[in-house]
Amino acid sequence: MKNSVNRELPADLMEKLNYQGFESTEIGHPEIQRVAPKVHVSTGDDKVVDSVADVVKATVKDGMTISFHHHFRNGDFVFNQVMRAIIDAGIKNLTLAPSSLTGVMNDMVIEAIKAGTITNITSSGMRGSLGDFVSHGGLANPVIFRSHGNRARAIEHGDIKIDVAFLGVPNADRLGNANGMAGKAVFGSLGYALMDAQYANQVVLLTDNLVAYPNTPASIKQTQVDYVVKVDQVGDPDKIGSGATRFTKDPKELKIAQTVNDVIVNSPYFKNGFSFQTGSGGAALAVTRYLRQAMLDNQIKASFALGGITKPTTDLLEEGLVDKVMDVQDFDKGAAASMHANPNQQEIDASWYADPDNKGAMVDQLDVAILSALEIDTHFNVNVMSGSDGVIRGAIGGHQDAATAKLTIISAPLVRGRLATIVPEVTTVVTPGDSIDVVVTEYGIAINPRRQDLVKALSNVPGVPVYTIEELQQLAEKKVGQPQPLEFTDRTVALIEYRDGTIIDSIKAVKD
Amino acid sequence: MEIKTSAFAGTLESSDIQIMLMAGDNGIQIDLESDVIKQFGAQIKHVITTTLQQLNIDNVKVRAVDKGALDCVIKARTIAAAQRALETTTPAWEVL
Repeated sequence: MKNSVNRELPADLMEKLNYQGFESTEIGHPEIQRVAPKVHVSTGDDKVVDSVADVVKATVKDGMTISFHHHFRNGDFVFNQVMRAIIDAGIKNLTLAPSSLTGVMNDMVIEAIKAGTITNITSSGMRGSLGDFVSHGGLANPVIFRSHGNRARAIEHGDIKIDVAFLGVPNADRLGNANGMAGKAVFGSLGYALMDAQYANQVVLLTDNLVAYPNTPASIKQTQVDYVVKVDQVGDPDKIGSGATRFTKDPKELKIAQTVNDVIVNSPYFKNGFSFQTGSGGAALAVTRYLRQAMLDNQIKASFALGGITKPTTDLLEEGLVDKVMDVQDFDKGAAASMHANPNQQEIDASWYADPDNKGAMVDQLDVAILSALEIDTHFNVNVMSGSDGVIRGAIGGHQDAATAKLTIISAPLVRGRLATIVPEVTTVVTPGDSIDVVVTEYGIAINPRRQDLVKALSNVPGVPVYTIEELQQLAEKKVGQPQPLEFTDRTVALIEYRDGTIIDSIKAVKD
Repeated sequence: MEIKTSAFAGTLESSDIQIMLMAGDNGIQIDLESDVIKQFGAQIKHVITTTLQQLNIDNVKVRAVDKGALDCVIKARTIAAAQRALETTTPAWEVL
């Protein structure tokens, strides 16, 4: 069977897992029923335990779904401690449902799969050795990839039913009131973990910093928490986020950033009270700098900045150029520290951020989104999941969610080394071309022909050549040559959900 | 033409290719390492082989470490490595 972005989907798996193919980016107005967690009633006086092994024995059973957050990123000490205890306890057939998987978790996940401890995974993404392992057929069942907003939707629907959530926090009191802002390994917003805290049947906090009761501000509340485990260290502060964010000097990135800025400033959305989301890449950070100058020059202020937050964005908040920062995740120390100091930097959970099945999510109010891409095809479909060798090496993150913005800009170099970024067909469709408006490269831009209003607004901007997407693709191919087609087996190793829970593409095992 | 000495050209920077030539006695043998070997391995070997043939080198062991070089770069590094391996100082203009 094929879906509306012309991807052949594995019929047997689709039927077995009761999936529909992707049809449209429109969510409509369905009435949905949310689920609620089980509650083991307690007065809260006996939550503190010393041993991870004891709490694992008390909570985790064969066949359960367990979850983690990835706010510690590559500085995470929690995941490996807990998984070690779970593997050693001989527990089998678990579904692993973290908000995402970072490199530091890879070896432990592979060990747990080999031991039969983990038999299913749903995640935002995976990279490195784990992506390689899965792409070579290492996991029997297909991985389900979901965006951050879709994970929130799936949890609220009961598609993901978390039995036990293990959530690392830099501070907590004895009843489980906790936040991400104070302590040694601080990461700022707990946005993704708040879903787990609210919906998991059992919530286990792990902290290296047990503080006096009651702990405020409480992002995670004592009403949600079953156990608080004292551990030596929850994370390495130096590896949680990059330190001071450096302004890129790469002329290609600067050219792309400048062009992105030109597109924004000349669009109908650049006016007082506009809103935007940028990513964390070199070009995205540079865009924030250019945008700052454009806002000063034109005396324009933004109502809010959204999503994964970096220091250049919180600088705009302090300067008064942005009224509010709506913060689901912090990418660097500066942004994490700023949350503590600035009441206008609001922590939001993943549902508030981007869940499509909602009474309004932040992304629904977003004017401008600047996103990256591994590949873009001539239908404007975007791949952020598989490398051009076909191996899993990415994450959806908030890509599908933020792409619903009124002006969605993909910024990417035309070629990377010998690989074309703009291709006839992406290896894997993650975000459908219907939600992409403008593609910006160092050579010029391409505008989705669906957006004739933008074609009109952007066709005569000095220094911004407009091409068709086909012309950019041919320009790229002329530089790098035509690659040989990738070879895959028939074995499906992953399914990519669109944010509404339909299937937009599948990933097959690579042949080699 | 005979390889007089082992020689290399190129770096391991991205978008470059490092080509090492050593004496051989069994045609042009290429050992290629590349992140894009699946998509461009055949093309990279084709460029190295035809460039060496144009220089009349028929027996040589080639060790190539590719970092995403374009064809023009592969050709230039192959010619430079060949000149060093042949210990010639005058460029083979007809190949350029």
